[in-house]
Amino acid sequence: MRFQLIGVNHNSAPLEVRERLAIPESRLPDTCRELSAYPGIEEAIVISTCNRVEIVAHTTNGHADLRGFLHDHFHLTADELDAHLYEFREKDAVRHLFRVASSLDSMVVGEAQILGQVKEAYATARAVGTVRGQLDQLFSRAFAVAKRVRSETAVGSSSVSIASVAVELAKKIFGTLEGKTVFVVGAGKMSELAARHLMAHGCASIFVSNRTYDRAIGLAQKFNGQAIKFDDLYNTCDRADIVITSTGAPHAIFRREHGEQFLSRRKNRPMFFIDIAVPRDVSPEMGKLDGIFTYDIDDLQQAVSSHVADRRKEAELAEAIITSEVERFEARLQTLDVVPTIVSLQDHLETIRQAEIDRVRGRLGQMTPEQEIAVEALTRGIINKVMHTPITTLKTAAKESEATTVVDVVRRLFNLHDKEKEAPAPDKKNEVGSSR
Amino acid sequence: MSLLWLRFALGCYFISLIYAFVALTRTSVLFSRIALHAASLGIVFHFVSLTELFLSGHVVWASVHNSESLLAFLSMTFFMLIYAIYQTTSPGVVVFPVVFFLTFVAAVDEQPVLLTQYVSNKGWLAAHIFLIFIGYAALLVSFGASLLYLLQERRLKAKKSTSLISFLPALEVIDQIGYRSLLLGFPFMTLGLLTGSVVAISTYGHLDFLDPKILLSVLMWAVYMLMVFTRWNSGWRGRRAAFLATFAFVAALAAWVANYFSAIHRFAAS
Repeated sequence: MRFQLIGVNHNSAPLEVRERLAIPESRLPDTCRELSAYPGIEEAIVISTCNRVEIVAHTTNGHADLRGFLHDHFHLTADELDAHLYEFREKDAVRHLFRVASSLDSMVVGEAQILGQVKEAYATARAVGTVRGQLDQLFSRAFAVAKRVRSETAVGSSSVSIASVAVELAKKIFGTLEGKTVFVVGAGKMSELAARHLMAHGCASIFVSNRTYDRAIGLAQKFNGQAIKFDDLYNTCDRADIVITSTGAPHAIFRREHGEQFLSRRKNRPMFFIDIAVPRDVSPEMGKLDGIFTYDIDDLQQAVSSHVADRRKEAELAEAIITSEVERFEARLQTLDVVPTIVSLQDHLETIRQAEIDRVRGRLGQMTPEQEIAVEALTRGIINKVMHTPITTLKTAAKESEATTVVDVVRRLFNLHDKEKEAPAPDKKNEVGSSR
Repeated sequence: MSLLWLRFALGCYFISLIYAFVALTRTSVLFSRIALHAASLGIVFHFVSLTELFLSGHVVWASVHNSESLLAFLSMTFFMLIYAIYQTTSPGVVVFPVVFFLTFVAAVDEQPVLLTQYVSNKGWLAAHIFLIFIGYAALLVSFGASLLYLLQERRLKAKKSTSLISFLPALEVIDQIGYRSLLLGFPFMTLGLLTGSVVAISTYGHLDFLDPKILLSVLMWAVYMLMVFTRWNSGWRGRRAAFLATFAFVAALAAWVANYFSAIHRFAAS
């Protein structure tokens, strides 16, 4: 188990730092490739959401310089970055990933979105080929653990999420949402979710704008809304009461002067900006205007923090599940390490047996079917009896720290060195299944 | 007897007054319900007190305390009207202290009386008092709403998690309460001033615009109109609206105080 994990999240780093580390979706595959080419890294997955940026890697010796990679990749010095980083290895890395996937490490504990985001990160890395056996195992298990946490605890039960908090805030401003107009700027998953919540609470109409006009049309159709060309954004925006913005723009797209324009055109009726983009789309200056209410992703966190207490109890239960799952995963991985050895040992002996039977056949001539069966049973019986103790020893040793030594001895005794490397990675999964 | 009922009402209003102070720091559904019941009971006592006064036959509306009692009653009724529409007790934070103060003063025995012995047309005088008091009550609620608007705006801008649970209604609701009160109060205020002028002209034969009472009343009316206009024309709300509302409210208070200085609208001990 040579897993390593490094990253920042909403607790360890302020929005300003996360903004600089955020990796746009389009650049994720490249980052994965870069990572897997980095010295000491065998497999890698990058998780980048608005609240966290994390690298999960399987390394050759368990001591790859992930910090160095981050410094190089983002052109940041150790002073700027290191204070905000957390780094986990082996068991701790597994635990952290399980907690992230189960939404225990989320800004809003129990929110359902994070699992989808981790799955997407996994799919992206898999598509570019930076995930093979080890991370595959790890992530499959993480998804199963998340599912277990969700079904066995009430952590995700109440509907507190960024989206529902946004609805609550909108109600604090507008009273009722009946007849209000929503404007979605940047057609992302999260903004779609927020829009869906708002529409469900009575908002009457929706505009969608996106740099890629086709995506705007696609999303607008889902809500019977109207797609707006990105160039017309500023001319149309004042017609909306609630603006959900989540573009990938590197700078704020709504600035003070825009806010002033909107307000004068709307006769100062208030506007609510839900800014879920990182980096932020709405400049802090604009939020200071009377009548403009801006909540960025960190503000939403504050707004939901009151709900967190209710979930603490359930979270404790979930933590217990995580702990037992980490143990199980660890045990399984170690069993996994001896499986190829057992398999090649069995293969090795089977080859010898077949060769010996062929030799005997040559000497004795054609045997009757009864004789065939008898010889087969005899040889197989001997081999199984002989093999029984070594295999049991291997399996037992697997659960202890001496596993590698025992495996090493067995390999040397039977000269099994080459066969292990030939074993194709995807098959390992099946082997584990059968060895349990 | 009328005074006794008024003192009962005062006791009820006192409970509401405590609510007004508590509500600013913490939210309690139970307490706001108690305050609401107390206020309702207070209104009933108050109504009985006013009715008895009226039935006693020697009602002197121009008496300062009777009129203060009437103003308190109208303000409270206004508050209840808003509660019926919006289901919120929060305007009470501003209304309750003022009502309590007015009722308290009215419940004291000493009664200076307005010098109205020359007034020939008592009907016009009664109309003047009623109209202008409804205007005052509306102005008071509107002023309260604009302060609450500021408070709620602060809370939303401060982005504290507590902003999700507070005694304040939604920003737009507060805004509507303020604006509707303003619109409703304006014609009453205008008519009140006109009837007042009629009374003054019929009594003195002319209007002395340099008299502090008239000067301040006109000023108050002008600010009132400015508030309605800016709101209607460019949707002023928040800080600017609160500024104007405060100005109008202070002008209204000053116009009231002017009763002690005015040559034509003077109080005197009975």
